[in-house]
Amino acid sequence: MAGAKEIRTKIKSVKNTQKITRAMEKVAMSKMRRAQERMARARPYAEKIRLVLGHLASANLEYKHTYTVERPVKRVAYLIVSSDRGLAGGLNMNAFRVAVRAIKEWKDQNVDVDVALIGNKSISFFRRIGGTVLGTANQLGDKPQLSQVLGVIKVLTDAYRNGQVDRVFLLSTEFVNTMTQKPTIRQLLPVVPVKEEGLLSHWDYIYEPSSAELMDTVLQRYIESQVYQAVIENAASEQSARMVAMKSASDNAGKIIGALQLTYNKARQASITKELSEIVGGAAAISG
Amino acid sequence: MATLHVDIVAAEGHIYSGDASMLFAPAAMGEVGIAPRHAPLLTTLKPGTVRVKLADGSELPFFVGGGILEVQPHLVTVLADTALRGEDADEAAAAASKAEAEAKLAGAKSEMDIAKANEEVTMAAARYEFVKKLKSPTR
Repeated sequence: MAGAKEIRTKIKSVKNTQKITRAMEKVAMSKMRRAQERMARARPYAEKIRLVLGHLASANLEYKHTYTVERPVKRVAYLIVSSDRGLAGGLNMNAFRVAVRAIKEWKDQNVDVDVALIGNKSISFFRRIGGTVLGTANQLGDKPQLSQVLGVIKVLTDAYRNGQVDRVFLLSTEFVNTMTQKPTIRQLLPVVPVKEEGLLSHWDYIYEPSSAELMDTVLQRYIESQVYQAVIENAASEQSARMVAMKSASDNAGKIIGALQLTYNKARQASITKELSEIVGGAAAISG
Repeated sequence: MATLHVDIVAAEGHIYSGDASMLFAPAAMGEVGIAPRHAPLLTTLKPGTVRVKLADGSELPFFVGGGILEVQPHLVTVLADTALRGEDADEAAAAASKAEAEAKLAGAKSEMDIAKANEEVTMAAARYEFVKKLKSPTR
């Protein structure tokens, strides 16, 4: 029974791996649920600020804020949101593939691309492929706070204000459902406010201080809320991608264990048969 | 008696929602009191305390680090900033993010402790003010 012990050890090690992947799957499942709740909690603010911005935009037709003005594009920036940790299936690689394709398209048009990065994975990826990195944020944890990404947003809005970049895009993984996550690119700057038709004719706010100054704050908050939404949505995507990846890993481990068990049983059976035939053969030789 | 529906929301989540008889907020141009049927108003807020006066006369204080106040005749929304904001804090955060990017790419250690400490001090000062106000019996 030479192979049997080796097979037994192998089964044990695969079983241990399966235990880990199963635990990770369970953890990701509960974290995903909480991340989804967080997404829902952030929604009222995002909706409200979009509404206020729509109001402001329709009230201030004569005033154009820098954030809303389209400029000829000479340089663009991408804010790329990724996860901090791996083992989440194709989540980050899918996003990076979209990013690389978009960057290449801009380069073909002779437009330079800068990046700003959120998450460890994107930082290590762009360290490898190179490029100008404006700012980063990482180690956001399971409960990302708005304050953790403010710095990188400020870097981007400053770059836009200074005319360093003419357009800012946000790339993050959209949470469609538990099984599907889709890398999505959205334009962050210039802001295209959703104008509400027919609002102006009915009533308008009293603005304090001036509507122009308010526009500044509202736009900044709007951008921040968009980025924050993307970050928490990405966190939910990360957990669900991990859950699915770990589930298939557990299933695969189960299959391997089954196959190994079969081989082990066969080997055991063969050795028993061999021993029996030896005994029978030996007995026959003596009595014969 | 006419009431006012108050929603206080922050980017991270919902803070308070309910009916009130009046609301006081630290607006950019000075403290404002919003009674029911106030004209539509949009203003920015300074860091401070938003007080919600309930129908029974009691007051609920909420600390905001700034934000936006939107008033409609029977609806008040406070879009609160949870973190203390302001040019300095934002600049510090931006500098930190930049430094981090440089450090990450060079593989060196970043030096953002001073900016971080500054931020914490401003935050702590505002919190202290808030707590002091809460504890004072004259409120």
